[in-house]
Amino acid sequence: MNTQAATSISASIRQPAEPPGTWATASTYAMRTIRQFVRTPQLLVVNAVTSIMFLLIFRFVFGGAIQTGDVEYVNFLIPALAAVSGLFAGGAVGVAEDLESGMFDRLRSLPIPRPAVLLGRSMADTALNTWGTVITIVVGFAVGFRVNGGIVGALGALGLCIVFAAAFSWLMIFLGLVSGSAQAAQGMSFSVFPLIFVSSAYVPVESMPGWLQPIAENQPVTAMVGAVRALVLGGDTEALLGQSTSWFVVRSLLWAALILVVFAALSARRFSKL
Amino acid sequence: MSTPPTIEARGLRKHYGDVHALAGLDLVAPAGQVTAILGPNGAGKTTFVKAVATLLRPDAGELHVAGIDAIARPDLVRRVIGLAGQNAAVEPALTGRENLIMVARLFGHGTRAARAAAQVVLDEIGLSDDADRPVKGYSGGMRRRLDLGASLVGAPRVLLLDEPTTGLDPRTRIELWESIRSLVRGGTDVLLTTQYLEEADQLADHIVIVDHGRVIATGTPTELKTRAGLDVVEVRVRRGSDLAVVTEILAALGTEPPHTDEPARRVAVPVQDGTRALTEAVRLLGEREIPLDDVGLRRPTLDEVFLTLTGAPS
Repeated sequence: MNTQAATSISASIRQPAEPPGTWATASTYAMRTIRQFVRTPQLLVVNAVTSIMFLLIFRFVFGGAIQTGDVEYVNFLIPALAAVSGLFAGGAVGVAEDLESGMFDRLRSLPIPRPAVLLGRSMADTALNTWGTVITIVVGFAVGFRVNGGIVGALGALGLCIVFAAAFSWLMIFLGLVSGSAQAAQGMSFSVFPLIFVSSAYVPVESMPGWLQPIAENQPVTAMVGAVRALVLGGDTEALLGQSTSWFVVRSLLWAALILVVFAALSARRFSKL
Repeated sequence: MSTPPTIEARGLRKHYGDVHALAGLDLVAPAGQVTAILGPNGAGKTTFVKAVATLLRPDAGELHVAGIDAIARPDLVRRVIGLAGQNAAVEPALTGRENLIMVARLFGHGTRAARAAAQVVLDEIGLSDDADRPVKGYSGGMRRRLDLGASLVGAPRVLLLDEPTTGLDPRTRIELWESIRSLVRGGTDVLLTTQYLEEADQLADHIVIVDHGRVIATGTPTELKTRAGLDVVEVRVRRGSDLAVVTEILAALGTEPPHTDEPARRVAVPVQDGTRALTEAVRLLGEREIPLDDVGLRRPTLDEVFLTLTGAPS
């Protein structure tokens, strides 16, 4: 390190003419987040193992005791797991880590559109979640899951799962931003469990006590799970689900849009005032 | 046309509940210099840096950074600053190079320009050989250097360093000082905060002493030492049993009570007229035939300056 080298910083690096746009910012931060995930084997393996374990326990341990009418339990379960995987993802923890490490302070000092950082996070979390969904489906096939709704229905269902994951990623980002620490974020991630379990995801709503049924019927997870099931299992299952396929799809998309808009707005606000 | 000051703050206020982190802070950091903000924990140093870095909005007051109104146009300020915070905000799973490229892209560089900027900075901070290793294998000092580098890839006009060497061992600290000094020679204006008096003395042209959210003194290191007065007569005795007598003798010469360091067998006292006080001290101690290891006159340390200015130990 000498004087000549030092002068070279201002001489060799020109100040960028324009600050980066939304897309450049979001994709840069998304790539960093994906690399971080892929290069941390603990994250990669633990996440996959946890979801596979969950799948197998419900398929082989609880499944036999849960009555799902004409539909086999494995066909009832796998679409639900795929639909709610975004709620199990560790997005909140990653956000809280960036908050704690000072990464967000650095990002907020840069000439970037601030909400684009969160958009990048959402993109990365959605991509990673889609990967998890694919694993779930593959393992599902291995333990007896079959698609009856045709290729169009199946692809439509996968598309919906990605949309739901994107919506839930904003909920997780918000939880991560308000939690303050990675440990607290871990704890707060569990707060979504009632949303997952008080729904039609693992058991039919009719098996719940009467007072709980209206809650379970009218919450987003039930709508999302219903839409994915209806597309995967085909029109014949409309009787089991109690509503038409399009009813579920429209309802689930409205819920996803609501969650996305509300938590994206809250997160962006929070991020600018950290 | 004169260059505007690097930073100009007038009556800056920020409170968190009842805590006034900034209580009407006035500060001018002249252009072309390294300004150090010196103060104890909780003095408001970090809050001030965050305001300059546009991470928080002051409740009241004016703040200009490189001539830009930081409260009205924080977006323009972000184009000219580089921030290295208290934590090394680098991503452990990425390599050193990838970290720098990421930040360079976020400063607005295109892909190729970002790569080039990363390489220049890697050479400068002496991390070229380790550039393609993941940061999780770096030492604490290397992480800090990388963090410093990340604040430079956008070629900022103003570099903000918030306690850049806190928590580093003495050798690594000196290495980081060397890096900062060589950057400064390259012409970047620097604002740094520190709790270490020695650090401010080593790096800064201009020191601002802050306590309880206000500036209590400002000047060059030499000016501040002169303001706090005075020279210091320091005596080291051979026998610990003489300390009491020597303290008594020096008390008569000093402007303040002497400071006695028993384990080091040393007595120091601030005096008004250095050379005369020293001659007098040597004469009095000689009359009593007290064996001495050392006697001398020195400038006060910044620690002593801080003590005089705030009336409390830092």
